[in-house]
Amino acid sequence: MDDIVLYSMLVLGGIAFISAVVLYLVSCKFAVTEDVKVMEIDAVLPQANCGGCSYAGCHDFAKACANASENEFVNLFCPVGGQNVMNKVAEIKGFSKVEKAPTVAVLRCNGTCQNAPLKVQYDGITSCRIAARISSGQTGCPTGCLRLGDCVQNCKFDALSIDPTTGIPVVDYDKCTSCGACVRTCPRGLFEIRTRGENGKMVYVACRNTQKGALARKNCKAACIACQKCSKVNPEVKIENNLSYIPDSVSAAQYGEDLRAACPTGAINYYSANEVKND
Amino acid sequence: MLKISTAPHMQTQHDTPKIMLDVVFAMLPAIIVALIFFGLPALMVILTSVAACCGFEYFANRFWFKKGNTTTDFSAIVTGMLLAFNLPSSMPLWMVVVGAFVAIVIGKLCYGGLGKNIFNPALVGRVFLFISFPVQMTNWPKPEFLNFLNTDAQTGATTLGLIKHIDSQTSATMLAGELPSYWQMFIGNIGGCLGEVSALALLLGLVYMLYRKVITWHIPFYYIGSFFSFSLIMWLITGNIQYEPLTNILSGGLMLGAIFMATDYTTSPMTIKGRIIFAVCCGVLTGIIRFFSAYPEGVSFAILIMNAFVPLIDKFIKPDFYGQRR
Amino acid sequence: MTKIKTFPLGGIHPEKYKITTDSPVIFAGLPDVVTIPVKQHIGSPAKILVSPGDKVKVGTLIADADGIVSSDVHSSVSGEVLKIEAIEGEFGYLEDMITIKVEGDEFEPSVDRSLDIDREIPYTAQEIVAKIREAGIVGMGGAGYPTPIKTSIPEDKNVDTLIVNGIECEPFLTADDRLMIEKAEQIIIGAKIINKALGIQNAIIAIDENKPKAIDILSKLTKTYVGVNVQVCATKYPQGGEKQLITAITGREVPSGKLPADAGCLVQNVGTVFAIYEAIMKNKPLYERIVTVSGDTCLHPANYLVRIGTPASYLIEKSGGISPETTQVIFGGPMMGTSAFNINAPITKTTSGILLLSDKIAGKCAETDCIRCGKCTEVCPIGLQPYLIARLMKNHQIGELKDCHTLDCIECGCCAYTCPAHIPLLDYCKLAKMELRKKN
Repeated sequence: MDDIVLYSMLVLGGIAFISAVVLYLVSCKFAVTEDVKVMEIDAVLPQANCGGCSYAGCHDFAKACANASENEFVNLFCPVGGQNVMNKVAEIKGFSKVEKAPTVAVLRCNGTCQNAPLKVQYDGITSCRIAARISSGQTGCPTGCLRLGDCVQNCKFDALSIDPTTGIPVVDYDKCTSCGACVRTCPRGLFEIRTRGENGKMVYVACRNTQKGALARKNCKAACIACQKCSKVNPEVKIENNLSYIPDSVSAAQYGEDLRAACPTGAINYYSANEVKND
Repeated sequence: MLKISTAPHMQTQHDTPKIMLDVVFAMLPAIIVALIFFGLPALMVILTSVAACCGFEYFANRFWFKKGNTTTDFSAIVTGMLLAFNLPSSMPLWMVVVGAFVAIVIGKLCYGGLGKNIFNPALVGRVFLFISFPVQMTNWPKPEFLNFLNTDAQTGATTLGLIKHIDSQTSATMLAGELPSYWQMFIGNIGGCLGEVSALALLLGLVYMLYRKVITWHIPFYYIGSFFSFSLIMWLITGNIQYEPLTNILSGGLMLGAIFMATDYTTSPMTIKGRIIFAVCCGVLTGIIRFFSAYPEGVSFAILIMNAFVPLIDKFIKPDFYGQRR
Repeated sequence: MTKIKTFPLGGIHPEKYKITTDSPVIFAGLPDVVTIPVKQHIGSPAKILVSPGDKVKVGTLIADADGIVSSDVHSSVSGEVLKIEAIEGEFGYLEDMITIKVEGDEFEPSVDRSLDIDREIPYTAQEIVAKIREAGIVGMGGAGYPTPIKTSIPEDKNVDTLIVNGIECEPFLTADDRLMIEKAEQIIIGAKIINKALGIQNAIIAIDENKPKAIDILSKLTKTYVGVNVQVCATKYPQGGEKQLITAITGREVPSGKLPADAGCLVQNVGTVFAIYEAIMKNKPLYERIVTVSGDTCLHPANYLVRIGTPASYLIEKSGGISPETTQVIFGGPMMGTSAFNINAPITKTTSGILLLSDKIAGKCAETDCIRCGKCTEVCPIGLQPYLIARLMKNHQIGELKDCHTLDCIECGCCAYTCPAHIPLLDYCKLAKMELRKKN
C-alpha cells in the first residue's frame, strides 16, 4: 500500500516537473519581445478595441503612438479615452499635450413614429442594412432612419438605445465616446460626429432628405424642406441639394434657440445639457 | 398594409417540431416490439422517461434558465424515448427520473438548450445511470412473448455478455445452445435494453426517417459497416466466436446507436464527409471497447467520445466547394 | 432523348405552383400612362433624349446608353412625354423615369410587325452585336446585364457552347415556359443568330423536366436545325442559375470570381434569345415582355404580354386585384424576387412575374435555435456552410468569414428555404458579403 502511494507521488511529481521544464523552455524559446513604450501606452488605453481611432485595435494604436513623431502625434486621437488618456500618452512620449474639443455622435433624423408613420410593414431580420437593400424603409423616406437598430447593436459603450415611443435611436451623450461605430454602420449615414460647443450645447439639422420639400414632407412631417429660414438666422448655414446643413462653426449657445425656433417643420435639433432633446 | 420581407418568400414546411415528431414516429416500431416482449414494465419506463424529460425541460427552463417554453419543439420527447430505449425494462422508475434529469438538465439545458449541447443528452443520462447503478442497469429481463404484466420475469445475460466471457475451455458447441438464433436476434426475442433488441423494428424506423429525409444514410451505413469490417477482420484472424460479426451487429445497442443516437443532429457533424469520418470512428471505437475492455457493450461510450470530436471535425472538414475542379 | 442532367451539389425541390402553364399569353392592353425607368439594367443609367411635350411612337429611342455597361431604352407606347423626373420605384427609392401619356398605338415604321418567321440571317457578327445594342436588350432572366457585352467575348476567352436557359426553376413563374411553347422556332433561330455572332456551332436549349410541352415542341423542331439541341434537365432549384446550368450541361465549373466565359459557355435566357430574334429579324427594340401574374391569392392568374413601363397595379387589377388575404406583392419569383414597396412601380425589362402571396406562403416564421441539422450545407449549390456564416456574422467574427468563400454566394435562398429553425440564413450571408466588401 505504501509503495503505491510512493509511486503515485513520484510519478505525478515527475510528470509535473517535466511539464514545468517543458513549459519553461517553450516560454523562453517563443518569448515575444516588445517595445516597452508600446506596452506602457497600451496600458493606459481603454482597451475597448472599438476602432474609433481608425486602427485595428488598442494595441495597434499604441504601436502607432509609439512610432509617431511629434508632428504625426497631433493627428492621433483616442476618442474613447478622450483628453485624459491622450494626455497620459503624451506624457509617456514626452510630447506636449494636444488639446481636442470633446465630440459626440448625433442622429440626423427626426423620423419618429409620430412624424413618419408606417407605410408598409417590414417582416424580416432585424437589420437596417438588409432592410435598406429591399426598400426605402417602412416609412417611405429614402434617407430616414430604418428603426431596426444596427447602430444600437454596434455600439460598444451602451450609448445608443431605441426609444420605444419614437422608434428611433437616442444617443446618450454622456456615454457616447464618438468612436464612430454608428457612423460606419448606419446604411443611411445618419450619424455625424459633432463637436460639443460651449456648455456641451449643440445645434444640427436632423434630416438628410434631399428630395424636394413637398415630396419629403409626404413621408415625414419633420423633414427639411430647404425653406432657407435657418440661413436667415445665420448666413453660415448652408443649403445645398434641398437640404440645410449647420456647420460646427455655428455657435450653438448663441444661435441654437433661434435656429430651432426658425425651422417650420422641426427639423433642427438644439441640445443644451440641461434640456431634453427636442423631438 | 402590405408587408415587405427579404427573399426567399417561401419556406419549407419541415420545421423543427415536425422533424422531432418524425423521429418519434420512427421509434414506434421499436416501442411495439418492446411492449410485446417486455410488457407493462417497458411501457412504464418509457412513459416515465418521456414525462420526466418534458417536465424537467419545462420547469428548468422556466424557473432556472428563465427561457421560454421549449417543450413545444418536441425534442424532449425524443430524448425521453431514447433514454428509455437504453434502459432495461426492470429499471426502478425513480432511477429513470434521475436519468431524465441528468439527460435534460445537465446534458442539454446547461449547455444552452437544443442545438448547443456537445454530447447526446440521452446517452449522457444513460452513462450516468450505468456508472451510478451498475447492478440495475445490467439486470436484463428475459423476453417473454405477449406476457404483458411480466410479473415473474427471469433475468439473464445479454448475448454480448455471453460471448464476451467465453474462455478457451468452453467449447463453442456447448455455448451454441445458449445463444439465440439470428432470427431471434433480428426480431428482438433476446435480453437487452428495451429499445435495442429488435433490429427489424429499428431498420423500419431507419427506412421511415430516410423516406422523410430526416437523416441521410451515411451515418448508419458507415457506422455499421465499419464495425462489421472491424469485427470480421478480428473474427477471421482469431476465429473466436466473440468477434462473430453478425451476432455483434444484431445484438446489443449497435443498431439503436447507429440509427438513432449517432444521427442526432446536434451532436453529429454538419457535412457529409464529416459524418462519414464520425461514423467510421464510432464503429471502430465501438469494436475496440467491446472487444478489448471490461464492458460487453461499447456503443454509448464510442458515440460520446466521438461527440467530443464533432466540433473539431466541423472545423476542418469543409463541404465540396463549387469551382474547385474545372 | 439523352440523359436527364443536373448539377451535383445541393439544390432543393420547392412546391411548383405552376398554375398558369396552360394559359396562353394574352396582350395586357395599354394603360393610360406608362412610366419607363432609364435604368432597367446593371450599369450606368441611360441618358434621356426626350423632353416633356415630345411625341413618341412605339419603338422610339427615348434614352441612349451611357457608356459600355449601359443600355438603350425605347418607348413602349405612342403618345406624349408628360414629365421626366424621379418617381418612387419598386423599392420606394426615387428613380429617374420618363412618364408617357398613351395616345393610340402607333409604331415606328422600321418595326416589322408581321408574324412570319424569317429564317435567313443576313447580317455579320459585328452587325448582329450592333443591332442587339441598338435594340436595348438586357438579360431578361432577372439580372439585367446588358446583352451586347455578353455576346462580345473578349479575345482571350474561348467560348464553344451557347446555353439557352429555359429552366425557369422558380415556383409560380411560367413566362419562359409559355414563350417556348408559343415561339419555339423563333427561339431556335435566335440561338442560331447568337451562334453566328459568337462564331460557334453549338447551342443547347436547356429545359427542365416539368415542361413536357415545351420539350416536345422544341425537340421536334430542333431536328431540322443543325447545331441546336434540346437538353432536358432535372427539376431542381436553382437549376436555372448560370453556374449550376453550366455544370449540369457541360460538367465544367466556373472558377470562383470568374465569368461563365472562363468555362467556355455563354448562357442566355429564352426571353433574351427571343428578343434577339425580334431585334435582328424584325427590327423590333425591346419594348414588351411576357409577365406571369400569379400567386395563391390571385383571382385570375395569367401570362400577359406587357409593354415595358406598365404599372404593376394595372396588371394586378386585370387579374382581379389585391384580395384581403394578400400580404405581399412580389416582383419576380418567390425564391429570389423582391417584395414590392410600391405596387404602382412599372414593369421593367427584367420583371418576369408579379405574385400576390398570402401569409400562408410568404409569411415568415419566428427564428428559433439552430439544431445543427446540416441541411443548409446539404442544399447549398456552391458548397458553402450557411449556418457557419450566420454564426460568424452574429458574433462579428469578420476575419473568419473570409475563409468561408462567402463572396461566392449566389443568393439563391436554398439555405433559408430549407432551414427547419427558420433562421434567415440568406440575410446573414448578404450581411456578411456587405461586411467583407466594406473591408476590402
